[in-house]
Amino acid sequence: MSDNLLEIDGLQTFIGQFHILEGVDVTVPRNQVTVLLGRNGAGKTTTLKSIMGIHPPTEGQISYQGQSIAGKRPYDVAQMGIGYVPEHRAVFGTLTVKENLELAQHQRGELEQKADLIFELFPDLKRLYKLGGKNLSGGQQQMLAIARALVPNNNLLLIDEPSEGLAPVIIEALIEVIDRLSEQLTVLLVEQNFVMASKLADTYVIIDDGRSVAAGNMADLVQDPQTIQRYLGVA
Amino acid sequence: MSATTTEKKNLPPPGAPQARPRTFKLAGNPVVTSAGIFVFLIAAGWLVAGGDPGSFATMMLSGLFQGMLLFLVASGLSIIFGLMDVLNFAQGTYFMIGAYSAYAFQHSPAVISAVPNTDVRFVLAVIVATVIGAILGVILERVLLRPLYARPLFQIVLTFGVSIVLTEIVISTFSTTPYSWTEMFSIRSASFALFGQTFTAYRLFVIGIGFLMMVAVALLLRRTRIGIIIRAGVEDSQMVEALGINVRAVFTLVFTLGCALAAFGGAVAAPFFGANISLGSNFLLGAIAIIALGGLDSYEGAAVASLIVGIGVAVMQQFTLASDFIGAVWASLTPMLLLTLVLLLRPSGLFGKKVE
Repeated sequence: MSDNLLEIDGLQTFIGQFHILEGVDVTVPRNQVTVLLGRNGAGKTTTLKSIMGIHPPTEGQISYQGQSIAGKRPYDVAQMGIGYVPEHRAVFGTLTVKENLELAQHQRGELEQKADLIFELFPDLKRLYKLGGKNLSGGQQQMLAIARALVPNNNLLLIDEPSEGLAPVIIEALIEVIDRLSEQLTVLLVEQNFVMASKLADTYVIIDDGRSVAAGNMADLVQDPQTIQRYLGVA
Repeated sequence: MSATTTEKKNLPPPGAPQARPRTFKLAGNPVVTSAGIFVFLIAAGWLVAGGDPGSFATMMLSGLFQGMLLFLVASGLSIIFGLMDVLNFAQGTYFMIGAYSAYAFQHSPAVISAVPNTDVRFVLAVIVATVIGAILGVILERVLLRPLYARPLFQIVLTFGVSIVLTEIVISTFSTTPYSWTEMFSIRSASFALFGQTFTAYRLFVIGIGFLMMVAVALLLRRTRIGIIIRAGVEDSQMVEALGINVRAVFTLVFTLGCALAAFGGAVAAPFFGANISLGSNFLLGAIAIIALGGLDSYEGAAVASLIVGIGVAVMQQFTLASDFIGAVWASLTPMLLLTLVLLLRPSGLFGKKVE
């Protein structure tokens, strides 16, 4: 088996009439954190949604564990062990924390098996268990959204902008959690917060204007202010 | 130690509960507003009845009866709209088909000779009508609606077209002449006395059944996995699918249940109203007013609004009968009058989410 859990090759995706992805290549090595970097509107979120089948690609290959998943329905992709944590969290407000977690089960009893792990990572969720999703703070919702992706036996987590709109202390806590998760799971992260990305990621892919333009080890990128300045606009 | 670290230490730990200021506005609370409307309708009913408990009870019984029947159409309409964003214009037609199916079954000579007991035949007629509604529901969703999920406007036109086609099929089978129910059964002919007036027990029976259905659907939504999926799907069906749930299968199930519920309503209404073509459009219009009044995708809203509209119509019917200067047409306008009134107070309906 290849060392890469996910391989994306020449991905092209339209949303309506708009050609959003015009050639994206991403390689996600097993048990590592890979981050998609790029400016707003570059196509990072669309790449994740194309993998999930929410915006199916018109061209290109997506291979997960050696199987082609391009064009599969989102629930098939999810059932294959890919957990999705979308931007803005998408926690169900009318459901309690418990119901949000129960919903994510692929099989009966999964939540009970994973409850210890989830409460160890996110002790707050235990206290908020019966509370409605809409009553949680932004940080709590983000924790719930990640916890939800941990309920089934997922191999790969797609996490979209987890730090968006959160206070620095909460971002610190999230970094710790995602770092711990990456010991057992593979993570494909979209993150605008370069500090967070550089702390977490092993490898990176830069997407610019719907194309992947650079990729490599995160440690090298940190030493390369020119590339950072050119594509990300951060010094 | 630098100033920043001290400041950080004073911040609450990640995810700590945050004090949230609570504001309580009287008109903003759906329960208070609904209770206010009920009190108003009951007071109006008492005035219209001239303080006579007998005619007041008749009015309330008739109101609850109509309200429960409306609920059986509106609850399906509301859940289907909430989950699938489809306004099913054929929902009223399923109610009418339920009435005709039950009528045809109960009065068919072959069935009469096979099942001579009228009570058993009535129960069977309701079951048959419900199953017919369910089958027609599956066909509509799987065959006709499914290819059109990307085109919401086409779906509305489609369900409207389906309702016309089904109505024409019923007319060509049964003609446009209304049928009245002649095969009586024990609960239909039973009556009871209250405040010196005689009441048909059948109304009470339908109110009871409607209430049981209300509770059953609420339990389904609150206590079962499928209910959790439906409630989550009403919020964001794409995210539900991304969690590994086949939302399309849930769509089919909900659509089928909604159509079966409407046909069930028609079947229990038929022994009272008989079977006629206008049942479909009457109940559809009432149900649309109800779901808008209740707050579009809120099940609780549909339940409360059904009773409000049912009682409102009954009070207005009595009022137009007793009054010389107001025509009977106002009774059938009542759902829309109530809708206008409520939307003026609460633009997103009683239990609807506020649209910013």
